[in-house]
Amino acid sequence: MIAADLNLSGRVGAGEVALALLLVAIAMGISRWRGVALERDIGIASVRAFVQLLAVGYVLDYVFSGQGGLTPLVLGVMILTATLTSGRRGRMVPGAYVIALSSVAVATGGTLGLLILLGIIPSAPRAAIPLGSMIISSAMNTTSLVMSRLRDDLASHRREVEARLSLGATAHEASAALHHAAMRTGMLPTIDQTKVVGLVALPGAMTGMILAGVSAFAAIRLQLVVMYMLLGGNAFAALVAGELTVRRLFTADHQLIRSLRRVPGT
Amino acid sequence: MGDRFEYRDVRVDGDDGPIIEHFSAHIPGEGLTVIVGPSGAGKTTLLRLLNRLDDPDAGTVMFEGRDARVYDVLELRRRVQYVGQVPVTFPGTVADNVGDRWEELLDRVGLPLALGPRMADVLSVGEAQRMCLARSMARDPEALILDEPTSALDTASKGGIERLIRTLADGGLTVVMVTHDPAQAAALADRMIEVEGQRR
Repeated sequence: MIAADLNLSGRVGAGEVALALLLVAIAMGISRWRGVALERDIGIASVRAFVQLLAVGYVLDYVFSGQGGLTPLVLGVMILTATLTSGRRGRMVPGAYVIALSSVAVATGGTLGLLILLGIIPSAPRAAIPLGSMIISSAMNTTSLVMSRLRDDLASHRREVEARLSLGATAHEASAALHHAAMRTGMLPTIDQTKVVGLVALPGAMTGMILAGVSAFAAIRLQLVVMYMLLGGNAFAALVAGELTVRRLFTADHQLIRSLRRVPGT
Repeated sequence: MGDRFEYRDVRVDGDDGPIIEHFSAHIPGEGLTVIVGPSGAGKTTLLRLLNRLDDPDAGTVMFEGRDARVYDVLELRRRVQYVGQVPVTFPGTVADNVGDRWEELLDRVGLPLALGPRMADVLSVGEAQRMCLARSMARDPEALILDEPTSALDTASKGGIERLIRTLADGGLTVVMVTHDPAQAAALADRMIEVEGQRR
């Protein structure tokens, strides 16, 4: 059997997409039948996916066909969207949007920059945009996790943290254990995913290439680059998010900021 | 000897209005000063200003005749040791918690030396409170500030801690302590500062 016979991407046309809507109808039917009341959400999600992907399709098609100079702009819009999402998630932290922007931007720039500098991937938009988008979405999740975990932990472990501060510890020393725990929370999902890759699920990039008819080993080589890239990107994101969050939750005088403390009234 | 601390027209804001307002008081270097008042009067807040876990929103807190904010905050906190209402033990043994001079310091706060190698989290609340005092003493402070040091204790350990606090104050340390219990304040204090509840 030759690869071309399996090339699914070439076979899926508008008609096939319309037929696949049958599965959406089944999902809505199950939701209605068992009173889950998610029909509306399923409908909205399906329409949004359609509209968003179509729009992205036009943009990518345009950029790939000789408008490579727009690559930074495309990545910039993605980073901005990730910043808004992550910043909203972490809004109990002062300056959450700035933290999210710094962390996602450093993760993307650092990882993608290194891959291109080392000649592992070309700087062409066809490589930089899809790989960049993977780093961005993964760094976004890591950033949200680190910010919210660190904030919640500092609030709930206020007594221990202030006991250490009272003994003369700096803000960084007093929060070190919680800082490490938050970084672990942010980094572990990617590490776990990397450990079981291929055993539990075939990852997206690899699935896509295999469906597109590329040999399994070519797909695996790219997938390895993707996994290693995500490990690196998340470490960058956790580092920046953790560091900046600690700085925003303490004052320059090594005091917990007031919103983290129940105002003592006794 | 002059004042160790002084509150000058201090105000601290809470979520709904000031917790402390127009508060002024002197705390001299010698003996045991007790801040007494009902729950909600802002006593804990007053203590937290002394080692700068918090700063006033208006007015000044003076340490040794100078604005507490001019000192390096880490150095100020070493010199002014704060022990909270609930004793906080860190992971590890009692000796790990107290540091190199644990034998001398456990003796000083009335804990048996046999506790040194024990894990700190198995101590009773009274023992943990003494261990926290020893851990603070290890920093060679000039002042010890204590937030309701006996509120978490049963009557038997309460008397012991009160005697220990008295001994530390008599040994030349400035001790500032907060309590809601006027009888305890009257029995222990060299000097009392009364704060009134001013919250709605």
